[in-house]
Amino acid sequence: MNVTLLDRKPEPGRQAEIIDKRFTGFIDCDVHPFVRQSSEEFDPFLSERWREHRRTIGARARQGLSKATNYPRMSPGNGQRMDAWPAGGGFPGSDLPTMQAQLLDLFDVAHGLLAPLVGGAAAERNVEFGAAMAAATNEWQLARWCIPDPRLKASVQINIEYEDAAIAEIEKRAKDRRFAQVNIPPRGLEPLGRRRYWPILRACADADFPVSLHLGGTNGHPSTGGGWPSFYHEEHPSYVQTMQTLVTSLVCEGVFEQIPNLKIVLVEGGFAWLPALAWRLDKHWKRLRAEVPHLRKAPSEYIREHIWVTTQPIEEPERPQDMLSTLEWIGVERVMFSTDYPHWDQDDPRFAFKVALPETWRQRIFVDNARALYRLD
Amino acid sequence: MEPVPPSPMQPIDCDIHPALPGTRALLPYLDDYWREHILRRGLEADNLELSAFPANAELNSRPDWRPARGLPGSDYDLLRGHVLEPFQSRFAICNVLHGAQAMFSEDLSAALCRAINRWVAAEWLDRDPRLRASIVVPPHSADLAAEEIERCAPDKRFVQVLMLELTELPLGRRQNWPIYAAAERHGLPVGVHAGSSFRHPPSGLGWPSYYLEDYVSFAPGFAAVLNSLVTEGVFVKFPKLKVVLIESGVTWLPAYLWRIDKTWRGVRAETPWVDRLPSEIIREHVRLTIQPFDAPPEQSQVQTLIEQIGCDEMLLFSTDYPHWHFDGGAAVPAGLPPDLIRKILIDNPLATYPRLS
Amino acid sequence: MSRHIVAAVDEIAPGSCKLVTVKGREIGVFNVNNEFFALINRCPHQGAPLCQGEILSRLESRSPGQYELTHRGEMLRCPWHCWEFDIRTGQSWCEPDSVRARSFAVQIEPGAQLAKGPFAAETVPVTIEQDYVVITV
Repeated sequence: MNVTLLDRKPEPGRQAEIIDKRFTGFIDCDVHPFVRQSSEEFDPFLSERWREHRRTIGARARQGLSKATNYPRMSPGNGQRMDAWPAGGGFPGSDLPTMQAQLLDLFDVAHGLLAPLVGGAAAERNVEFGAAMAAATNEWQLARWCIPDPRLKASVQINIEYEDAAIAEIEKRAKDRRFAQVNIPPRGLEPLGRRRYWPILRACADADFPVSLHLGGTNGHPSTGGGWPSFYHEEHPSYVQTMQTLVTSLVCEGVFEQIPNLKIVLVEGGFAWLPALAWRLDKHWKRLRAEVPHLRKAPSEYIREHIWVTTQPIEEPERPQDMLSTLEWIGVERVMFSTDYPHWDQDDPRFAFKVALPETWRQRIFVDNARALYRLD
Repeated sequence: MEPVPPSPMQPIDCDIHPALPGTRALLPYLDDYWREHILRRGLEADNLELSAFPANAELNSRPDWRPARGLPGSDYDLLRGHVLEPFQSRFAICNVLHGAQAMFSEDLSAALCRAINRWVAAEWLDRDPRLRASIVVPPHSADLAAEEIERCAPDKRFVQVLMLELTELPLGRRQNWPIYAAAERHGLPVGVHAGSSFRHPPSGLGWPSYYLEDYVSFAPGFAAVLNSLVTEGVFVKFPKLKVVLIESGVTWLPAYLWRIDKTWRGVRAETPWVDRLPSEIIREHVRLTIQPFDAPPEQSQVQTLIEQIGCDEMLLFSTDYPHWHFDGGAAVPAGLPPDLIRKILIDNPLATYPRLS
Repeated sequence: MSRHIVAAVDEIAPGSCKLVTVKGREIGVFNVNNEFFALINRCPHQGAPLCQGEILSRLESRSPGQYELTHRGEMLRCPWHCWEFDIRTGQSWCEPDSVRARSFAVQIEPGAQLAKGPFAAETVPVTIEQDYVVITV
């Protein structure tokens, strides 16, 4: 019998792996920084008035539970990757060294675009508090993330129901290249293409910021047109309908005629649904053109010029090769890779695509499209 | 418009819309009590058009199907000349779209639905042996809906139950189950027709400005309908039930199946009665009418989409008369293999609607 | 193939897992009610460190609203996308036979979908020899 006695200590794990160069050096278009324990972490960036407010009244969104989500997730920490809890404590995504070890250094990431889903600024009903939390979240991103690790780029947080403050915040950050885009909550009180939001969208375009619509949140409307679902199993895919509605609204309201240099990124909404929506819009627009005379092009043209999508959660066609036609139908130049670290449904760059991408496509999706859109080095 | 060549296949048209000329037309078919109720309130003068389907919008009224007088779809002779004869349809299923399904008063809604079903039987089904109908039910009152199903089921010319896509609760919710129980008991598919009673904005984002947006959003709305039916376990509880998505659009389906399967693999444990892939459940229990198809520009893409749908039993022929989704006789998208066309025109409808045989 | 001692029997408590590296491969060794099983620490879905997931029971149901807890302590949930695997066999509970391209004419048979397809976690044979847990790699 040939028995080998082992060293009992397990290897450190993935860090020891050699990563295929094709999957390093990419731009990750969706990274989630978290607070260690609670919103107290924003206090240094808030005035005494708002610190007090945060401690007493706290965040108030349009929902029944004050401190938990309507649709609880399936893994601890409200849907985090189970191996991303930092060894020293705190939530997944709250510790920069852990994020570096598991993502930024591991894959030699060129840039990571932050989408902070913390603080509740965007959903806040008290819009002054929302604006204060937005500004605080922006300072927090710089202090805790972008300054210590300049690969990370911040997203300007705003509350879109408070127009003046939102525009002021956008203009304030416009020249700061540590900010790459403006995060707008996809679920606002009205579809985003409606006139009331045009000044904010215009401010984003004037500041040369793409607008990133990252799924999440609630606006008090049932998440489907037919009422409130019961289960997370329904809520998770309902964000696809959110994205579809956003595209429909932005196109049909003529936002891209009004603001020709507006760029929209749909983050974490999937993408395989986009071609069929474009076909449907084109088809019915032909019949109903008289209703929307301000549209001077077919909807699919506006989509092709103004909409980008991130890859996560990667689509999993039954026939893997259908991924290639899907990408072609959308336009390979419009698709940008993202991990969504550290959420449970995040994608690993090595294994997300189940089909071999042509090298030119891989280069565009993992690097060049985001580099061009966000004007990164 | 070009004349439509007669079809050798004699298809089954799974979605036509006879239109009620006005609420007064229901008076003879109301129970005495409700006739009095409606007359006293002057409701017979109300136009109960669903805002999901404004009758004169270009989309809802193909120009060569528009009558000189009256509402599109309200005249039987025109219906015959416009679709029944040109397509040589062996059957056509009448789906009456009406504001009765949007009324807040449950009993009034049920009374109007009863009258609509009596009206369609007397003024359409009795006139032409090719015509069949869906039972219009009050979608917000499951018990009253189940009663109406029981009342109409003995008339075998009623081949389906008609629900509206977007109501107050997602369709899979347990409150709706008496409807599915009654439908399954009588071997009736449940037809879910595009549209909304607008108890809520048609999307999760509040109220859009344009009818174009509303109409486009009905396709995404069906994804939420399927999420609900599958996740709530409607097909587990009612294993013989078939659901037909009517005027839903078709090409969104494959990407939807990929996504719901992906969700299920990770989230399965929340609703463990969903014990197999949602796409399997949907391919077994759900059918779609083909107008509008929402076709891509290239025929090769249509081919690919059909392959991705992955089940040749799902699609059902329809004209969606008098809505405007195709010109002339081009009701079937180009690029489909002949075997599949035959299934779409005849075999799949026959398999879906047992009462047709 | 060679055999490797990875632990003493009482080192891995019931309901727990020990991660070891053998021949450069990470392997999770599980004690399921005092039976031992081993899986390669790699989820077949997207390569996640499978054995760092949770050991749990299976939530099942025959009918909406009815719930049954089965396979107690016998399931492993991937730390990423939450796919569930039977620790004994490595078999993923949910996967379809998705590698086979779905041909156009195929009829979907109910019940055929829990196929023992390629989406299984890789198992490693385990024996107990004189109070030691031995795996063959």
